[in-house]
Amino acid sequence: MERDDIIEYSLDGHHNEDTGVKIRKKIWFVTGLLTLITAIEVALGMFIKQDSSLWLFVKWGFIVMTVIKAAYIVLVFMHLGDERKSFKYVILIPYVIFIIYLIFILLWEGMAVYDKSV
Amino acid sequence: MGGHATKQIDSKTLWGGKVSPFSTSYGKLMMWFFLVSDALTFSGLLIAYGFTRHQTIESWPIGEETFNSLPFLGHGYPLIYVALMTFILIVSSVTMVLAVEAGHRMDKKGVIKWMFATIIGGFFFLGSQVWEWSHFIHGTEFGRITLSDGSEAIVSGHFGEIKNFTVLEGGSHNKKGDVIKDDLMHTFQHAALTGNIHSGGKIHLHDGSIAQINKEHDHDMILTIKSSSSSERNVGDKIYGKKAEEEYYNSLYSGSSKVFYGAPWFEDGNHWLPTKNEYGPQQYAHFFFFITGFHGFHVFSGVLINILIFIGVLRGTYHKRGHYEMVEKTGLYWHFVDLVWVFVFTFFYLV
Repeated sequence: MERDDIIEYSLDGHHNEDTGVKIRKKIWFVTGLLTLITAIEVALGMFIKQDSSLWLFVKWGFIVMTVIKAAYIVLVFMHLGDERKSFKYVILIPYVIFIIYLIFILLWEGMAVYDKSV
Repeated sequence: MGGHATKQIDSKTLWGGKVSPFSTSYGKLMMWFFLVSDALTFSGLLIAYGFTRHQTIESWPIGEETFNSLPFLGHGYPLIYVALMTFILIVSSVTMVLAVEAGHRMDKKGVIKWMFATIIGGFFFLGSQVWEWSHFIHGTEFGRITLSDGSEAIVSGHFGEIKNFTVLEGGSHNKKGDVIKDDLMHTFQHAALTGNIHSGGKIHLHDGSIAQINKEHDHDMILTIKSSSSSERNVGDKIYGKKAEEEYYNSLYSGSSKVFYGAPWFEDGNHWLPTKNEYGPQQYAHFFFFITGFHGFHVFSGVLINILIFIGVLRGTYHKRGHYEMVEKTGLYWHFVDLVWVFVFTFFYLV
């Protein structure tokens, strides 16, 4: 009987040497990018101190750069970018919604506790 | 793409229910679920750290104050060492993804080479962390000082070396005119802690003798106010150069206890209790050791799992199986460890 529910399956995701060259190129590109971002973070951290007038921008810059690094690690190194869309969303969406809420509520409460005790 | 038929799945790779959800293998999906739960744990810890930091009234320590050492070079090098640790972990993540790629080409030699490099990288990271822990919040040469108006300040700069103590008045052990050359820093800090240094740099030693401290000049001293009890000074204010030296030595030479070093604990009956510490709120170090410790434990178990899989690769277990999916799964865990470190690095050292 012919089956209609068969879909491509990644377990034997073998590839040949040519595809390998392309994949490796991407890996080295991401390596360079992650190293560059880390270097920028360290340089900013060393030269712009927390009492600087630029600090607020630098602080948010750090957070944005961290999220970019994390995205490259998850999507390229962990190959989540190559998985099926439904799988990507099952992993990411519940996590992201919950964490954004947790960050919001705990930092908000933290500041409220601070205000009470000042 | 969903439901699009391209090829028949080998019955060996199908799940028990005869389908493969998300066209992935059971093991890989479960590894992802585990990683999501582990990510929730780490996020919970880091966000709890954020909560504590936001609700604390005392001035929170920043990374470069609590750890700025480099091997062989002493201290005064903020961020460099941790940046190096970050780089080690990124590189070992890269070697891992290269091992996975080699596995997809059924290149056993490549897998062996890159997995071996990954394991070495893991050991390097663990070693670095041991060194970091042993140099974290271990106290500075200047200590934290209480200034004349009651404000407390931490001190950065170059501490001039203590050459010797010349005994001015003899005691039960030292005679007048003796030059003491041993254990100077320790004696100096102990005397400072107990308020036994007096104006002009005269130190009262244990045996009752009084000596003159011969010390080189300090350089680039900066006082950063950490707690203020007068309206003239605010937390975060800085005092530089000559004025800083004047304020610092006025307090140090006052003959009463105005300074403390590091984060010591003292024994109270049967309990070890933390005393006041140089850096600020205790919770900072609690979170630091817990979170980096928990992460270090993940690195450690990651290295162990990598070694087990490495042995499997060497013995050809996965080659015979026809695919290197086990390398991919341990790779997922290893990348996750790197991912967590990216956040630890940002929230403990940068922000």
